[in-house]
Amino acid sequence: MRQLDFRTPLIGVDSVDHEARLLRLWTTSPGLKGFFTSVDHKQIGIRYIVTAFIFLALGGIEALVMRLQLAGPNLSLLTPAQYNQLFSTHGMTMIFLYAAPVLSGFSNYLWPLLLGSRDMAFPRLNALGYWIYLASGIFLYTGFLTGNGPNDGWFNYVPYASRDYNPGLNEDFYALGMVFLGISTTVGAANFIVTAFRTRAPGMSINRLPILVWGTLTASVANLIVVPAVSLAFFLLWMDRQFGTHFFDPAGGGQPLLWQHLFWIFGHPWVYAIVLPAMGMVSDGLPVFCRRPLVGYSLVALSTVATMILGFGVWVHHMFATGLPGLGLSFFSGASIVIVLPSAVAVFAWLATIRLGRPVITTAFLFFSSMILLFVIGGVSGFMTASVPVDWQLTDTYFVVAHLHYVLIGINVFPVVGATYFWFPKMTGRMLNERLGRWNFWTMFLGFNLAFLPMHLTGLLGMPRRVYTYNDYAGWHVLNLITSIGAFVLAIGVLLFFVNVLRSLRIGAVAGSNPWDAPTLEWAVSSPPPPYNFSVIPTLATRHPLWEDRLGGGGAVSSIDHGMLLDEGKETIGTSALDGVPDMVLEMPKDSFAPLLLTLGLVAVFVGLLLKAWFAVGIGGAVVALALLSWFWPRSELREREPARG
Amino acid sequence: MVEAALSRPENLPVGPVGRDGVGWWGVGTLIVTEGALFGYLLFAYFYTGATAPTGWLLETTPSLKLALPNTLLLLLSSLVAWQAERGILRRRRSQALVGFGLVFLMGAIFVAVQWLEWRSKSYGLGTSSYASLYFVTTGFHIAHVIVGLLILIALFSWTALDFFSPRRRLVVSAGVFYWHFVDIVWLLVFSTYYLTPYLGFGQ
Repeated sequence: MRQLDFRTPLIGVDSVDHEARLLRLWTTSPGLKGFFTSVDHKQIGIRYIVTAFIFLALGGIEALVMRLQLAGPNLSLLTPAQYNQLFSTHGMTMIFLYAAPVLSGFSNYLWPLLLGSRDMAFPRLNALGYWIYLASGIFLYTGFLTGNGPNDGWFNYVPYASRDYNPGLNEDFYALGMVFLGISTTVGAANFIVTAFRTRAPGMSINRLPILVWGTLTASVANLIVVPAVSLAFFLLWMDRQFGTHFFDPAGGGQPLLWQHLFWIFGHPWVYAIVLPAMGMVSDGLPVFCRRPLVGYSLVALSTVATMILGFGVWVHHMFATGLPGLGLSFFSGASIVIVLPSAVAVFAWLATIRLGRPVITTAFLFFSSMILLFVIGGVSGFMTASVPVDWQLTDTYFVVAHLHYVLIGINVFPVVGATYFWFPKMTGRMLNERLGRWNFWTMFLGFNLAFLPMHLTGLLGMPRRVYTYNDYAGWHVLNLITSIGAFVLAIGVLLFFVNVLRSLRIGAVAGSNPWDAPTLEWAVSSPPPPYNFSVIPTLATRHPLWEDRLGGGGAVSSIDHGMLLDEGKETIGTSALDGVPDMVLEMPKDSFAPLLLTLGLVAVFVGLLLKAWFAVGIGGAVVALALLSWFWPRSELREREPARG
Repeated sequence: MVEAALSRPENLPVGPVGRDGVGWWGVGTLIVTEGALFGYLLFAYFYTGATAPTGWLLETTPSLKLALPNTLLLLLSSLVAWQAERGILRRRRSQALVGFGLVFLMGAIFVAVQWLEWRSKSYGLGTSSYASLYFVTTGFHIAHVIVGLLILIALFSWTALDFFSPRRRLVVSAGVFYWHFVDIVWLLVFSTYYLTPYLGFGQ
């Protein structure tokens, strides 16, 4: 039958027949086949979140072992070599395997629901991003578990990391694993960018995007541009180590600082990439519990973008102590200080939202609002080290460790836990327990501050980071003991969180579709949402479609139950980039083995490279090529080619 | 606006029509990230060169005997690729097939000549940081050309199977776009390694 190239989408309301048709089109196959071939963004999002939380637990256990070692002077629980691997693996785990993937998980799950779409723009790419994340995480941890974990810190400076000083496989595991993981981050970023610009509900113009979308979109643009820097740096390091090149080796005319530049050109924007989406969670979640829209929506959205643009020009503040020319340092110091301005916009917007609203104190509210305090503390200590002379005094001391934990735990973990309390009902249909939630929050909050607030002082007293022990006459032992106790209290708090999640999955109170009476589209569908998300495509008139009855807004009314039916195939609507005007019907791909196959091929390639088993590299490469061929083979059901002629 | 959209829905294309489809945006993101990768490779060259002592440059006047004609060949192949794409747009399948075949041939010759160029160098991968940068940067580019050649084989075969029409041909445009990108990147790599020494960089 000749397919129509153009069609006017039917407009209508939901019906039993219509839903049955959509279910048939959108439901993932049951059983193992479905598990390995699913392209449903909700399943993929939850996989990301669960995997990231497992890595959070692993990284946390590593931290606790280190805090036992540092609880008193001259302890010998760990050897220096073991300590090196632990702090490096802890950093790698938390920064690369937890902080970014957990945000990708939330965004993957939430974006199509927030945007009024039925899936991400590239569902198979989404599955690929998860499989590669999982495979590279296992690859990196295989190194650690066989005694070959990274051991030069997460930023892995040469010459420590070069072969002369580090002959084992440790750095090869880390280098290749990071190149591998970079593929996942990059394809994920590409998917978010295209999804944000092309698959929104009609009427969702760019000034109606939730801030979480702004945050993840901005982070994704940055990742797309900066991830190649770190992948390249690790690849060149591997070449230096295994093939006698001289990129970083001064004896051969190489430049050790090139490593630091490439790493931090990536590394600093990455810091924003792992906080901006989390700040977006607060910007979207906090107002729900203040019972009013976010104050200064446009300013917050613009400051999100501005933070990232400035964030491209601050990487040298990680290199103030390397002897670069003074003029260069002044520029980067200035840029780092200016970044306070857009950050402050967000802080004042949140404070004004609380002040002008009628706060309802829930666990999610506590996590979101406490993040503001932690953000200010972490921001001020960052502002201090943006000043060159102060940084020269504080660099490589525990002050920096305190700063980065206020940033990463304060602006990533706290919002993420808050977001779990907020969106868990949507994902599972059940509420998390509020009573346990209070215990969870206060244990985490007190434990965290007990551990890391005194650590600023430890740094000011001169304790260098990354030492495996210290003498008792240095005067650091009381502070270190307090930090160790705080770390365990924080860990108990995180444990309570996990307990609450596991318990509530089975016996939590049943949540309706909109338990918090929230304003955005994800709360318009059932909890958990059906495989197709929206039975009819909503059409938006305002930023708060579910609060239009109380906000006034000039009488503009969105249409949630009445809209495009799109049930003639696995379809969603494509919209124009800025105004959100429908401009095409998108045919979505069905379940596919190609993403998993491609990942398995890549595993063979990277294991082969590590062991220099060229045979495995060849086979893996062939599998990758085959998987790509089957992926891109033009399909008439996706309208990628003409149907068979004749 | 909502009422208008719902009472008078527009006639919309179903799936990608011409170049308009999410796939076009997808290949755009690929090119941005790959472009960044080559940007960092060239940054590595300029940064290392600018901070190195004199004598870093192993060739102060790189020979253009093979490289210049090879560069022109690759740039010319972009024009042929454009004509091949136009063959699809004008429903002239033979023009497209000849075009893709010719681009493949030109790309393959480029790879072969680049191989000769590598062989003609008096230094190897491990000689110095300059040599490492030269071989790895041109190597990255060659790898991209080879991926482009595989894409051309696919486009040739799919055209032979008569998959495409002016309306349904996004994958053709995406593949040709990628080929243009690989050529433009070479222009930058060539200018950096073969021309800037004549302008005095690294001397």
